[in-house]
Amino acid sequence: MDNIILEALLWIGLIGLISGIALAVAAKYLAVKEDPRIAAINDLLPGANCGGCGYAGCADYARAIAEGQAEINLCTPGGLACMSNIAAYLGVAATAAKKKSALVLCCGDNDKSKKRFAYNGISDCAAAHATAGGDKSCTWGCLGYGSCARVCPVDAITIENGLARVNKELCIACGKCVAICPRRIIKMVPVAANIHVLCSSPDKGPLVKQACSTGCIGCRLCVKFGDEGAFVMDGFLAKVDYSIPVTKEEVIEKCPSKCIQRN
Amino acid sequence: MQTIKSPYNFKGGIHPAYHKELASGSAIQGLPLPATLSVPMSQHLGAPAKPCVKAGDEVKKGTLIGAQAGFISAPVHAPVAGKVNAIAEVLTASGRPCQAVVIERVESDETDFMQPMTNWQSRSKDELLARISEAGIVGMGGAGFPTKIKLSPPMDKPIDTLILNGAECEPYLTSDHRMMVEHAREIRLGAEIARSILGAKTLRIAIEDNKPDAIAAVEKAFEGVAGDVALTVLRTSYPHGSEKQQIYAVTGREVPRGGLPMDTGCVVENVSTAFAISEAVVKGIPLIQRVITVTGDAVQNPANLMAPFGTSYQSLIDACGGFRGGRPAKVISGGPMMGFAVSSLATPTGKTASGVLLLSPGRVSQYTSQACISCGRCVDACPMRLIPSELSQFVEADDIEGAEGIALMDCIECGSCAFVCPAHRPLVQHMRRGKACIMAQRAAAKAKRD
Amino acid sequence: MKVENQTELFLVSSSPHTHIGSSVERIMLDVLIALAPAFAASLYFFGVDALRLTATCVATCLLAEWLCRKAMGRTNTISDLSAIVTGVLLAFNLPPSLPTWMAAAGSLFAITICKQIFGGIGYNVFNPALAARAFMLISFTGAMTVWSNSGWIASVGASTVDATTVATPLGVVKEALKAGAAMPNFTGAAVMQLFTGKINGCIGETSALALLLGAAYLLWRKVITWHIPGAYIGTVFIYASILHLVAPEASVPPQIHLLSGGLILGACFMATDMVTSPVTRKGMLIFGVGCGIITMLIRTVKSGAYPEGVSFAILLMNAITPLINRGCRNKVFGTKS
Repeated sequence: MDNIILEALLWIGLIGLISGIALAVAAKYLAVKEDPRIAAINDLLPGANCGGCGYAGCADYARAIAEGQAEINLCTPGGLACMSNIAAYLGVAATAAKKKSALVLCCGDNDKSKKRFAYNGISDCAAAHATAGGDKSCTWGCLGYGSCARVCPVDAITIENGLARVNKELCIACGKCVAICPRRIIKMVPVAANIHVLCSSPDKGPLVKQACSTGCIGCRLCVKFGDEGAFVMDGFLAKVDYSIPVTKEEVIEKCPSKCIQRN
Repeated sequence: MQTIKSPYNFKGGIHPAYHKELASGSAIQGLPLPATLSVPMSQHLGAPAKPCVKAGDEVKKGTLIGAQAGFISAPVHAPVAGKVNAIAEVLTASGRPCQAVVIERVESDETDFMQPMTNWQSRSKDELLARISEAGIVGMGGAGFPTKIKLSPPMDKPIDTLILNGAECEPYLTSDHRMMVEHAREIRLGAEIARSILGAKTLRIAIEDNKPDAIAAVEKAFEGVAGDVALTVLRTSYPHGSEKQQIYAVTGREVPRGGLPMDTGCVVENVSTAFAISEAVVKGIPLIQRVITVTGDAVQNPANLMAPFGTSYQSLIDACGGFRGGRPAKVISGGPMMGFAVSSLATPTGKTASGVLLLSPGRVSQYTSQACISCGRCVDACPMRLIPSELSQFVEADDIEGAEGIALMDCIECGSCAFVCPAHRPLVQHMRRGKACIMAQRAAAKAKRD
Repeated sequence: MKVENQTELFLVSSSPHTHIGSSVERIMLDVLIALAPAFAASLYFFGVDALRLTATCVATCLLAEWLCRKAMGRTNTISDLSAIVTGVLLAFNLPPSLPTWMAAAGSLFAITICKQIFGGIGYNVFNPALAARAFMLISFTGAMTVWSNSGWIASVGASTVDATTVATPLGVVKEALKAGAAMPNFTGAAVMQLFTGKINGCIGETSALALLLGAAYLLWRKVITWHIPGAYIGTVFIYASILHLVAPEASVPPQIHLLSGGLILGACFMATDMVTSPVTRKGMLIFGVGCGIITMLIRTVKSGAYPEGVSFAILLMNAITPLINRGCRNKVFGTKS
């Protein structure tokens, strides 16, 4: 009886020993040579794996930094603290990227821009856009089927009455919503900016008015009454030049279709 | 010429209610022309034509108004005489915005056609192809692929068989049916021209067996055509009008995955396209009008109208006596299986629109999608032998690579799967979304490479 | 873009714009209609017990379904009738003397654990009724294997079997063979009894005649295809025939295998459950053959505890259905051969 137990123990022990030695040898000679800095930088990153930097995840971004292919200021969730940590570790100077957040350049909800037809199909913006051009009267505005909200890793986007809104306190500027929007109306804007033209329709005034009661009609009042150069016309659509700070807030009142709004 | 039963049956397919009797007995007729026509510049696959007239220009019937803009593109001609009002944006039947030349019509018999080619047999292949291209002829079965390109395959792809597609497997539609009954001689002429361009030894005319009068008319008109010519009678089954399924039914050859019909030595042309070819070559008339079936249970007098391109759906419906029983719930450009539901009756007709279908609320049901119960009916129905249930679940879960791995791109969007799905899943829409994602990925990858 | 001043909007959706008219509810209703003859037979043979168990199971399943959907905040799926089908099928797999509370507990298990936890109809891996039956066999082994005497044992002359623990036909045989007794004598009358349903067994599985009527209805309505039942029953028949030819005195004749142990019920109504069976024809055939082989293995292993085995065979095949689906995709049109 004792012999059997002893024998079993011996065999198991022997197998364990051989395997252990094999593993140790393999670890030493077959090891993948990896830049130790990659692991170190990865530890400094927040680990959210949001992809906002444009890489597949934190580890991928860490590798890109270590290889000198990426700037160190691309991590939005980590922010300034993360960047300066990496800068300190690598011993390089860092210039902070301007903190940005996503913004839906449309304020035409279901009451402002009526439906052209009754859509029946899957609740996905790209699919709705591909079905007879989308059901909203305005063919440039937010469809409100929430593809951006579903792709947002931090639930910063809500859909209210057929209009997507980004909560800029929560937004980590990962850019996933920008990429998924079939109408390309979500843009990255500086967090510091708080006055925006919430319309993306390049159509002429009369057409815009037919499609939406709050679309930009290209009247240029904002250009006239706003700060010098803060509002610029792109065809029939007013846009904000975010490099110029807006001080004259009366443009909000001046805008006849109320598409200049605070956010 | 002999008449044969189709020797091969493709697997899958469905048998929807056809409702062809609504319009199949109605002879092709004209319609009171509207005061203005909005002629879209994109009536074909590929780059939209570039408007080559401006507001205020006078045009005659047949004047070039949109120039071909690229290799895969087609020119557009004025369907009526009149004055150009504006170059405006319109929504085409598929819902895409595109430029249109708005023509204010004037009563005039003046035409601006091309020179007729009386003895086309003596013309060179290139001359004939140039004429077809110049006349703006595109595939009139639905896809709108420029016919010139289809008729000039590369040297390493010899074509031995030309198939004339008269299957018209879409329910309700009868425009090809009426063309075959009334214009079989012109179709024969067009087919002979196309066949001589291709140098195709074999000519087959494929018609479904639910159109006996068309079969009889074609048999009569094609009497005496030289060589290997036959009328292949297909059993009525949707989608027999799809190129891949039709080539299989007629020749037993399968178009390889990711390949084109020419890889099997076949070219498929719609019968209406053959008619357009004969008009362009023999009479010099560019493609400016087509037969469009206005039908459905919500229109007063279903009819087959010869309508110039740019006619609004409203004018077509007015010509058919207006709505029956109030406003329809759904207006479809094309047939119920693959047509596009339109949002407005201002939608203009185009080269590929073979029908306007008006359905009453009773014929249209708004479904909500349920979970797939894996009944496998879509699998049995799929003529491409895919697994639509699994594909849609992959796409729903945003696993686009997974869907691509089980042949999402082979889907022809015929709608057979969604037609039979007891859970009312919008399977085709899922497929389209998935395919759009893959196309976008491929375009992005290509842009990165270049 | 110009928008017309419309009072009513057109409906716009992706193609196709027409539908064959089928629905999940209609499929479930067809299954219920197909189960009606068997229900009538169960009422005839087992009387009020059949009614009691079926009503209990259906009511509990419906209640559980409604509560689960409510709790999960999902749209309610009561109206698709699938819970009723589960209830009826579970009841059909219970012995007539089972206490009501056990039937209710099993139904609760079927809907909550076997169906709704996976996400409801369409997402469950195992047939809920069969999984619940397996759960009950383990939990209430005694009550689940007590049968009332229908006189069938006497007619085959298996006197060695203890008359107090009356068993099902296959149970009788297994007991007899284990005890070293001779194979019972299956007279024509005994086979006829099996066919009509006057035997010991679960309330819905006994009458092959009534079940086959229902299966014919399902085939006619195209709710099921012949592939799964055909392959299943065919495999059992061939397997049993070979055994019987090799050793006639030690094995049950094939016709007894076909008509007993809930094979017809399982093959036509449980193995054909769409959610848990393969989608391609080839997959269905493999599924059916697999069910048949496992059933016969369970039935013929002498030391085994279970004389029947249909439930476990189908459950095991349910588990590999995703694998079968993966391996049995059709060859896509245009694939180079």
